[in-house]
Amino acid sequence: MSETRTPTPVIDAPSLGELLQSGRSAAEHRPWPRTVVDADTWTLAAECLTQGSITLLGLWGEADAVHLALVDEQDSTIGVLSLPCPDGQFPSVAEVHAPAIRLERTIQDLFGLKAIGLPDARPWLDHGRWQNRHPLGNAERISVGAPRYPFLPVEGEHLHRIPVGPVHAGIIEPGHFRFTASGETIVRLEARLGYVHKGIEGLMAGADLALGAELAGRVSGDSTVAYAFAFARAAESALQVEAPYRAQWLRALMAELERLANHFGDIGAICNDAAFSLLHAHCGVLREQVLRTADTCFGHRLMRDVIVPGGVTQDLDPDSAAAIRTLVAEARRRFPQLVDLYDNTASLQDRTVGTGILKPQLARRFGAGGFIGRASGRAFDARRAPGYPPYDRLDFQVPGLDAGDVDARVWIRIHEVEQSLSLVEQILARLPSGPVREDIATAHASHEGIGLVEGFRGDILVWLRVGAGGRIERCHLRDPSWFQWPLLEAAIEGNIVADFPLCNKSFNCSYSGHDL
Amino acid sequence: MRKLLFEILVKPPLTESAPAPDDSALAQLARALDQASRKRLGRSLAIRQVDAGSCNGCELEIHALNNAYYDLERFGIRFVASPRHADVLMVTGPVTHNMREALERTYAATPAPKWVVAVGGCARDGGCFAGSYAVTGGVADVVPVDLHIPGCPPRPVEILKGLLALLA
Repeated sequence: MSETRTPTPVIDAPSLGELLQSGRSAAEHRPWPRTVVDADTWTLAAECLTQGSITLLGLWGEADAVHLALVDEQDSTIGVLSLPCPDGQFPSVAEVHAPAIRLERTIQDLFGLKAIGLPDARPWLDHGRWQNRHPLGNAERISVGAPRYPFLPVEGEHLHRIPVGPVHAGIIEPGHFRFTASGETIVRLEARLGYVHKGIEGLMAGADLALGAELAGRVSGDSTVAYAFAFARAAESALQVEAPYRAQWLRALMAELERLANHFGDIGAICNDAAFSLLHAHCGVLREQVLRTADTCFGHRLMRDVIVPGGVTQDLDPDSAAAIRTLVAEARRRFPQLVDLYDNTASLQDRTVGTGILKPQLARRFGAGGFIGRASGRAFDARRAPGYPPYDRLDFQVPGLDAGDVDARVWIRIHEVEQSLSLVEQILARLPSGPVREDIATAHASHEGIGLVEGFRGDILVWLRVGAGGRIERCHLRDPSWFQWPLLEAAIEGNIVADFPLCNKSFNCSYSGHDL
Repeated sequence: MRKLLFEILVKPPLTESAPAPDDSALAQLARALDQASRKRLGRSLAIRQVDAGSCNGCELEIHALNNAYYDLERFGIRFVASPRHADVLMVTGPVTHNMREALERTYAATPAPKWVVAVGGCARDGGCFAGSYAVTGGVADVVPVDLHIPGCPPRPVEILKGLLALLA
């Protein structure tokens, strides 16, 4: 492996490996290391994030500590830095690195730990409607009363505001969008989320692994396979077991079917938001065919609750494999016509090309994953690096574009559909035989594990601590949307209000996955 | 595009025949609805969907009702953009505390006569989210529910059966 790295300006930034060595290593943390550091190293890590030598993967709290998951994209090093907070506070990472702002507001809301220097002190998930303040920390009972939420000020002549949501006009999840427009042009969009906060991390604490997997599969319904996959990998890493070989391949099969269903749905829905309903209808048929095949093969259209720690609950019989082969053949026959139609319809291209541009430097800074990052020059794909089985044995490409507009996000999805069809074929052709589930022994001590799995909208991080007796002590689930929602606000600037649905659909961030 | 349109003309439609209305749903409704209001509604339903905290799984399957296989609009059922235009509120999720007021206000904005259809396991009793500090625990705790369609999420055909029971 090459030792060279691009020189970074300003200070000589330590590598992630060096940061991980500047503290006490936490035992029983797998597969990547976790280091308990002091405030100076924590602040130094924040500086490295600002410089871009490392990328933020997650930032979450506990009652008396905060954790920072980081990735060095050049050599795929991953690690977690932990800072104990005996006096209930920690130096803000967000003070120098904006992608951490909402994560720290969340830590303040849920745990009551104070981020010193956090530039935006407003609550985020806490809308003043829970009976307890800091429900996951030292909960204090309070009287419920929703305080007014101060949106960021916008100053200037002839501006008007358009409040939208939380209940929207379509069949979509709830969130509030506050537009400030000058005529038709959006000068600022500010989102307020948290409406579907269900307290999943609170429910995780004390649950056994079976209930944990069930909850993980309900963080974001469209990514139920990817979440269950990431949770299972975290649990298996913590407890040092491996799912049977065949189960690993079946997991990837389901993950690719989920990606196909979502991409078909998204491509059609984006075109529908540009008033081109013909493609929506055809893509909707392809999506339905994937879901029906999934139902035939795994007994559930979304393949929910099939992946569990230790393997999968359903094996694939030869008839089901044949049904998937038929599905892939049908999609290979139909999809190119639809791509052709997308590519050659000038009125549609007029809406998507040059609309909602996300600049590559912002995508990189926020560590945006999935089609959003890949349409703006960030090639990160957890299947490729750090990688996990069986993808290390499969042949696939990670498409990349730089334009960053709605059109580029459509094309990334189109290319990913092609890759997923090929992956499904490869998996079916080489599916190993053997058992699909193994019992997981109950642990006698505390173990920690991380799972990083590429869902259809980006990398999903699950961090898990299992205590003696197999009960979950703490589980954090980080949706890719955390690093994508803020970018929608940047991408929409200067576009017209009527293009918001189009831009929003091309991002397709998860509300539920973000709100937890 | 012309080739594609031509292909559609010569192929049989994908739309499948209507399933029989769900018997248990029918029985549930018979108690709840009187003949006069059914007459007033005629054979059409305008639905306003409200996600009150779902994981978005139910939304995916509600969406699917509009695809060519289920073709919801052939039954005179359609989704509308405003509660003011709706006969039915279709509510999903365990009703988070953060969504409770929005659901109450949407219900209040829906003109009578109106029905509430709760979709999914969480909408009945909170499902696996019941007991959380952040959820109410079921749609019926917030607004009166006329029909519940179980499932996690229910298959589109099951949602369709429930809706057809409303029209029967």
